[in-house]
Amino acid sequence: MKVVLENLTKIFPSRNKKSNEEVIAVNNFNFEIPDGKLIGLLGPSGCGKSTTLYMLSGLQKPTSGKIYFGDDDVTELATEKRGIGLVFQNYALYPHMTVKQNILFPLQNLKGEEKMSKEEMLERAYYAAKLVQIDELMDRKPNELSGGQQQRVAIARALVKMPRILLLDEPLSNLDARLRLQTREEIRRIQKETGITTVFVTHDQEEAMSISDLIVVMKLGVVQQIGKPQEVYDNPVNLFVAKFLGTPPINVFDGKIKGGKVYIGEDAVMEVKDAADQDVIIGIRPEGFNLDENGPFHCKLENVEVMGRDVSVVSTNAASLNPVIRSIINSDNKVNTESETVRYSIKPHKMFVFNKETEERIYFEVK
Amino acid sequence: MTTSKKNIVMREKDMQKVSAQQKVVQALVKVGVYAFLLVMALIVLFPFYWMLISSVKTLEEYRMSVPTFWPQKIMLSNYVEAFTTANLGRLFLNTLYVGLVSTLLSLVITILCAFAFARLEFKGKETLFGLMLATMMIPGELFTITNYQTVTQLGWLNTFTVLIVPFLVSVFYIYLLKQNFMQIPNELYLAAKVDGTSDIKYLCKVMIPLALPTLISITILKMMGAWNSYIWPRLVANDAEHRLITNGLRNAFTETTGDVNYPVQMAAVAIVSAPLFLVFIFLRKYIMAGVSRSGIKG
Repeated sequence: MKVVLENLTKIFPSRNKKSNEEVIAVNNFNFEIPDGKLIGLLGPSGCGKSTTLYMLSGLQKPTSGKIYFGDDDVTELATEKRGIGLVFQNYALYPHMTVKQNILFPLQNLKGEEKMSKEEMLERAYYAAKLVQIDELMDRKPNELSGGQQQRVAIARALVKMPRILLLDEPLSNLDARLRLQTREEIRRIQKETGITTVFVTHDQEEAMSISDLIVVMKLGVVQQIGKPQEVYDNPVNLFVAKFLGTPPINVFDGKIKGGKVYIGEDAVMEVKDAADQDVIIGIRPEGFNLDENGPFHCKLENVEVMGRDVSVVSTNAASLNPVIRSIINSDNKVNTESETVRYSIKPHKMFVFNKETEERIYFEVK
Repeated sequence: MTTSKKNIVMREKDMQKVSAQQKVVQALVKVGVYAFLLVMALIVLFPFYWMLISSVKTLEEYRMSVPTFWPQKIMLSNYVEAFTTANLGRLFLNTLYVGLVSTLLSLVITILCAFAFARLEFKGKETLFGLMLATMMIPGELFTITNYQTVTQLGWLNTFTVLIVPFLVSVFYIYLLKQNFMQIPNELYLAAKVDGTSDIKYLCKVMIPLALPTLISITILKMMGAWNSYIWPRLVANDAEHRLITNGLRNAFTETTGDVNYPVQMAAVAIVSAPLFLVFIFLRKYIMAGVSRSGIKG
């Protein structure tokens, strides 16, 4: 089932009667979610990603705009009639019911033609439980389960109705690091197995990039960029997106374009075509540096961190907007740790140049 | 080198001394605390003890100028006499009826009110709740007068209605339960909404089970209140048909002869206290929870 968001906007009225500051939580969101894909809504807190999810679920009504599930306009449709499954950050399991009762709960509310016999319900519940591999735990109470298991129960409860769309609100943020890794692969597997169109919200870019078919990067209610994770990473449209994606984060510098050359401080790091002279902000991914004795970019060497496969070279430069520059270099390259300076050449496809005022990307060809 | 070593040894010795002292002090404090608690417990328990031994004494022994601390002759027949002269059976039934009906109705009202104030959105919610809380500031005795006028005009005197209806709504219990309901995460409500659960079903299936400890506390407190109530029943329903247990005790042994048989009265008191005592023994967890939540009741 594809989902279409059309000019979706949500404005929260100001709480304080004296000041009329409205909060635009989601601003004119247009997006078509393809059928059967896993979509990651990504952004810092307060960017409107959860609001978007709640509007999809019907728990919040959009101020304007439309939502379509397939060809049906569901904008005004009540939550329970939309056929969605929703998983909350804190799982929202009913603490006094067993796992089985929790999973059965949505089925017991079905009325009319949808009403099921007890056997059918149990069969469905066990199917959902098997899918998330908790069929051994059906008689336990939620507080007897680990966080990861509780999350699976929550997913099973959302899946048992066979929803048309599965919505996950920060599904992994209450888990510890190892479980998070495991559970996100699990979510991916379940999504692939069921083929249910899934939207999940996260502030963790790594999480979103690793399992999503498409990611939507949001900031202050405005969609910044939509695309496949690798495409967005390799081709950010503005400084915000470039900064938001990637660990370690992108290195940012003050710079300028002058006479067909890109300067970081005084160093001309690259020659380009068709770019007007101007002050710019330059972003270089950590993996965008080559150690080069004759390289154009001079930095002061601070520290080398060994990580096994790679080394992380920490250096400083007056033009850097971050406290340090972090570059990831293959450990085959030996860094002279005695030296006070380090010189790099820059990989052109790992360097992005942004307008200093608008922070929008400036595109050009490398000579 | 040697001096510093010496210092360390010295300090170790000091520490041993200090820790020994500490142990002594702690032990003394413990003894003191327990001695105090023991005395207090005896003071509290003594009236009960007196009630029990008096209830099995003969009238002559009871009237001795030097009271005995242990009955010379145990008269269990006092209990039988108490039960028959005071018509305790009837009083028990009356009280049980009033207690059960008022508790049940009160629970329904409390649950629905608490749900509305905790979960639903309506205009003037905060103001209304504030007004209700404000009534808690007025002493209960003041209500007695106005309530008496109201029920007299309604012609409710000497009915069970008058014992039940005026106290069905308790702002305090509503407040208690509302706070409890509000601790249930909102996500549970949203999750239930997604699954198409109606408000009333959510209330029955999720909120009531989760707030069960509070509801049990309320039930017990309410039942105890009905059992112990004295002034109001005496004022409005003191005929034989509707008399409740506390008033029954007061009247039964004075009206008949003028000469009060105290041991028999004590036996009656013991019989009446027994259910409360049992309730406390088995459900003290919930009573304590209710009391500590309220901070004042009990």
